[in-house]
Amino acid sequence: MNKAELEENLIEGIQRAVTRVTEETEDALRKAKDRGEKEGAEVQLEAILENIDVGKDEERPICQDTGTQTFFIEVGEDFKDIGLLKEAINDSVKKATEEIPLRPNAIDPISDENSGDNTGRFIPSIHWDIVKGDEAIIHIIPKGGGSENMSKLEMMTPGRGLKGVKEIVLDQIAEMAGKPCPPTTVGVGIGGGADLAMELAKKSLLRPVGERHTEDRIAELEEELLEKANELGVGPMGVGGKTTVLDVKIEYAHRHPASFPVAVLPQCWANRQAQLKISSEGEVEVVR
Amino acid sequence: MKILETPLDHEKVKELRVGDAFYITGTIFTARDAAHEKLLEIDDEDVPFDPSKYAMFHCGPAIHKEEGEWKVVSAGPTTSIRMEIFEDDFIERFGTKVIIGKGGMGDRTLKALDKHGGVYCQYTGGAGALMANAIKEVEDVYFLEELGIPEAFWMFKVEEAGPFLVTMDSAGNSIHDDVADEVSKNLEKVKSKL
Repeated sequence: MNKAELEENLIEGIQRAVTRVTEETEDALRKAKDRGEKEGAEVQLEAILENIDVGKDEERPICQDTGTQTFFIEVGEDFKDIGLLKEAINDSVKKATEEIPLRPNAIDPISDENSGDNTGRFIPSIHWDIVKGDEAIIHIIPKGGGSENMSKLEMMTPGRGLKGVKEIVLDQIAEMAGKPCPPTTVGVGIGGGADLAMELAKKSLLRPVGERHTEDRIAELEEELLEKANELGVGPMGVGGKTTVLDVKIEYAHRHPASFPVAVLPQCWANRQAQLKISSEGEVEVVR
Repeated sequence: MKILETPLDHEKVKELRVGDAFYITGTIFTARDAAHEKLLEIDDEDVPFDPSKYAMFHCGPAIHKEEGEWKVVSAGPTTSIRMEIFEDDFIERFGTKVIIGKGGMGDRTLKALDKHGGVYCQYTGGAGALMANAIKEVEDVYFLEELGIPEAFWMFKVEEAGPFLVTMDSAGNSIHDDVADEVSKNLEKVKSKL
C-alpha cells in the first residue's frame, strides 16, 4: 500500500469530519426545527443550521474545538498492511493540524505542555477491532472536550436492574443540561467492566443518528429513552425546549454478577465523523 | 433584526430582557480565565483598551497567520461558568455591560448585571464557523506572548455577529435558573412513570 496516498485520504477524511456533521445529524436537526420550538430555542437551532452551511460551503471547521482525533478501526484478518496504519494515522494527524488547520488539543497532563500537533502519548486515540476479510474500515470521530466532560460512569447496584439504567441515563441528561451543547446524541454502554462500558458508549456513537440497534429489545430501550429524554425540557443549548437529544445509542456486554456498569457519553450536536475504506489492493476510498 | 453597535449605548443594553435576540456590528473582545485574571491584577494605566465600550466574548479562537495577517478559522463560545469567580469584580471595575458565552453564569454575575445594568447572552455553542464569517478583521491582540493564543485578548471587528440570545438580564432574570427548575420537575415526573 502507498503510505502517501493513505495519508492524503486520511487528511481528507479528517477535513470532512471537522467541517461537517453527518448527514443523518443534519436531517435530525432540520426536523427538530420544522417541529417548531419556542423563540429562544428556535434562535439556537437556526444558528446551528446556518453554521453547518458555512462549514460546508467554506470548508471551515464548524467548531473551534476540533476535538481529540479518535479512530475506530475494523481491520480484516487478511489485510496486508496493518503495520502501516498506525504510523500513517499519526503522521496525517500532524499534517492535518497544520494544513486544515486543527486547534492543537493534546496536552501532557504532568507538565501541562501542549504538543502543538495533536499527537502525544496514546494520542491520537486508536481502537482496534479484528474482523473477517481483507479490507480495513477506519472511522474518524474528532471528539470535542465540552461534551466529553459530561461523560459519566456509574457502577450500579445490580438489583436496580433496567429501571436503574434508565434512571441513570435520564438523571445525567438532566444534570448535564446545556453544557454538552445539545441537542446531543447520547451514547450508553451497559455491562462489561468499567473500561468496556465506557468504550461501548463511545463506539455506539458510530451508528448513524436515527438507526436503531439490530436487537429489538435494545432498539425499544433506545426509543423509550429518546422519548423520555425529550420530555425533560433542556432544549437546544439548554435554553429550554422540546429537542434535548437527537438520538440515544445503546451498546451492551455481558456483566459480572456483582457489577452493573452504566456509562453515559454524550456527543454534542456537532456530530462530526468520516469513514474510509481500504481495499485488499490498497485502494483508499472516503465512503462517508 | 436588532443590531447593537459599538461603542455600546449603555442605556439600550439596560433595556434588554431575557428572550431578546440581537446582533452586533463593531468590536468585540475575547476573554477567558487567564485574561480576566490578568486585567484584574494590573493597574488602570496598563489596561490597553476600554472594556466598557465593547462586548466581551468568552472564546478561545482557532486562529492562524496567513501571509503575516491573523485569520480566524473558527470562534465559538467557551463554557462561561469558569469565569464566574472573576466576573462580578471584572464588571465592577471595568464597566463591561455585554457578556457573551455559553451555558450561563451564576448568582454573583447575575447580581453584578443587576447592579450595573448589564446582560449575559448565549451564543450557540459550536457555531464557530458562523462567527468566523462575521469577523471581518482582527483589529488587535493584547498579552499574546504572555497568555498564548486561546487566552489572549483578541479584538475582533465584526459585522452582524450573532444571534446573541439574552439569557440573564439587569432585572435579575435568568433563563438558566428557570430551565433548571423546570427540568428538575420534569425529571421527577418522567422517572415516576418508569
